[in-house]
Amino acid sequence: MPSSVMPTPKVETATAAIAATGLRKAYGDKTVLDGVDLTVAPGTVFALLGPNGAGKTTAVKILSTLVSPDAGTVRVAGHDLAARPQAIRAAIGVTGQFSAVDGLITGEENMLLMADLHHLPRPEGRRVAAGLLARFDLTDAARKPAATYSGGMKRRLDIAMTLVGGPRVIFLDEPTTGLDPRSRHTMWQVVRDLVTDGVTVFLTTQYLEEADELADRVAVLNGGRIVAEGTPDQLKRQIPGGHVRLRFTRPDAYRAAAGALPGSARDDEALTLRIAGDGGQRDLRALLDRLDAAGVEADELTVHTPDLDDVFFALTQETPR
Amino acid sequence: MSSFSLAVRDSRTMLRRNLLHARRYPSLTLNLLLTPVMMLLLFVYVFGDVMSAGIGGGADRSAYIAYLVPGILMMTVGGTAVGTAVSVSNDMTEGIVARFRTMAIHRPSILLGHVAGSVLQCVMSVLLVGAVAVAIGFRSTGATAVEWLAALGLMVLVSLALTWLAVGMGLVSPNAETASNNALPLVVLPLISSAFVPVESMPGWFRPIAAHQPFTPAIETLRGLLLGTEIGSNGWLSLAWCLGLSALGYLWAARTFRKDPR
Repeated sequence: MPSSVMPTPKVETATAAIAATGLRKAYGDKTVLDGVDLTVAPGTVFALLGPNGAGKTTAVKILSTLVSPDAGTVRVAGHDLAARPQAIRAAIGVTGQFSAVDGLITGEENMLLMADLHHLPRPEGRRVAAGLLARFDLTDAARKPAATYSGGMKRRLDIAMTLVGGPRVIFLDEPTTGLDPRSRHTMWQVVRDLVTDGVTVFLTTQYLEEADELADRVAVLNGGRIVAEGTPDQLKRQIPGGHVRLRFTRPDAYRAAAGALPGSARDDEALTLRIAGDGGQRDLRALLDRLDAAGVEADELTVHTPDLDDVFFALTQETPR
Repeated sequence: MSSFSLAVRDSRTMLRRNLLHARRYPSLTLNLLLTPVMMLLLFVYVFGDVMSAGIGGGADRSAYIAYLVPGILMMTVGGTAVGTAVSVSNDMTEGIVARFRTMAIHRPSILLGHVAGSVLQCVMSVLLVGAVAVAIGFRSTGATAVEWLAALGLMVLVSLALTWLAVGMGLVSPNAETASNNALPLVVLPLISSAFVPVESMPGWFRPIAAHQPFTPAIETLRGLLLGTEIGSNGWLSLAWCLGLSALGYLWAARTFRKDPR
C-alpha cells in the first residue's frame, strides 16, 4: 500500500478550530504518537479512526490539555496549548473513555457540579441542568446515583455534563464504544445537532460506519502516525475494489453475457460475473448497453463501492474479516 | 473573576462534592471511627485495672480514662486521615478528575476540597468519639473555655498536617488498597506513642521511638490543656511538627498532582 496522505485542500492553520503539528508522545520507550499533524475546520466533524492502541486516546488527551506532548505545537480554539492551556480549557468540552461522571452522586448533582465549576449563577445553573437532563432523556433518573446508570445513560449524562459550559470545541473519545445500536444512533444524532449549532467535534472511533456517518473529514491513525486523511469519499476512492456484479439464473443467459463482456471475472458455479469499475453512471450505462446489444438480461445487478472498512483494512494492514 | 475568588469558589464547590460523598457513603467514615471507640472501650473496661496501675500514683480506672482519652482523640484524627488517602486514591482513578483537569477551574481546588472536607469530617469524628468518652465518665480537670478551644485548635492543626500527608499518599497510590497500606503509619504511630502508657514506663531502648514522633507531643499537649498536666516544651514541639508535616505533605501532594496523569 503506497503512502496515501493526500494533498486535499487544507484549512488555514490560523483559522482552524484545532491545529496540531508534529505531535510526539512516548511513554517510557513506547512511542505512542510519532509526528502527528491535524487540522480541523470550525463547525465540522473530524474523526480520528484507528485500531486499539493506535494512539487515539493519547491524541485526545494532548489536544484537550490533559497531558503535554513531548514535541509539537497545538492550537485549539485559537489558543496555543503551551502558552494558554487555561484559555483552551474554557473553550472545550471532553467526553469519553477517560473523562467521565462522578458515580457516587446523582445525575442532577453531577450537572449542578458542572454548573458550579462553570461559575453559573445558581438559578441559571439549575435551569441549564434541568434543560440538558430533559434533552438527554435523563429527567426520570436525575435523582439516582450515576453509578446505577446503564452504559448508554452514563454516556448521555457524560455528554450532557460536557455541554453545560457551552463549549465551542468538543472532544468525544470513542463516544459509542460499548453502546447498543439504539444508544449509538442517539449519540450520532447528538453529534449532528451539535454541528448544526456550529460546534466543532473531534471524535475518535474504531467504527468505520460511525466515521462514515458523521465525519466531514477522517484521518486514519496507525502506529502513532496518520496514514491517510481526507473526506470519507476521498478515502474510499483511493482503494481499488469497486465492481459490478451480475447474477443469472439461466446458464445460457450467463454464457451469453460472459461472451459479451470479455474482461469480466467468471464464477461458473454461482452463475455470476464480476466487472471491475467504479460503479459510476457512465460505467453502468456502457455495461447495460453491451448487455442489451447481446440480448441478455441479468437477474440481479449489484454495485459494490469500497467502504471505509476496505480502506481501514488496507491501510492498517489487517486481514479483512 | 480574580484568581483568588476563583480559587475560593472552586474549592467550595469541591468541598461540597466531598461532603456529599461522605454523607452518601458514611460507611468509610464510620468504619474509621470504630477503631478508636473499640480501643477506648477495650482499654477502659477490659485492660483498665492493669493499665491504671501502669500509669502509677495509685490511679484508679477513672484516672486511666482521663489519661487515655486525649490519646484516643489523636488516634481518631490519624484514622480520619487514612480515609482521606483512600478517597483521594479512589478519586484519581475515576474519570471525573480527568474531566476536572480539562476544565478552566482552579486546579488545586480539587485537592483543597479533599483537605477541607477531611478536616471537617475529622472534627465531626472527634466530637463523636469525645461524646462516647464523656458518656463513659471522662471529665476535664478545670479546663477553661480557652483551653477547650485550644484543644480543638490543636486537633485541627494535627488533622491538617496528617491530611496533607494523606493526600500525598493517596496521589501516589494506584488503588485504594495500596493507599490504605501506605497510610498505615497514621494508625500505628499513636499505638507506639504515649497514648496508652507514659513514655517513662516503656523499656529504655524504645523510649526515643515513642518520644520523638509527632503523636506524643501532640497528645501530651492535649492532656495538658484538658487535664492541667505539665505541657512544657510539648506545645512548641507539636506546633513545629504540625507546620513541618503540613508543609511537607502540601509540597509532596502539589508536586505529584501537577504531573501529567497517565
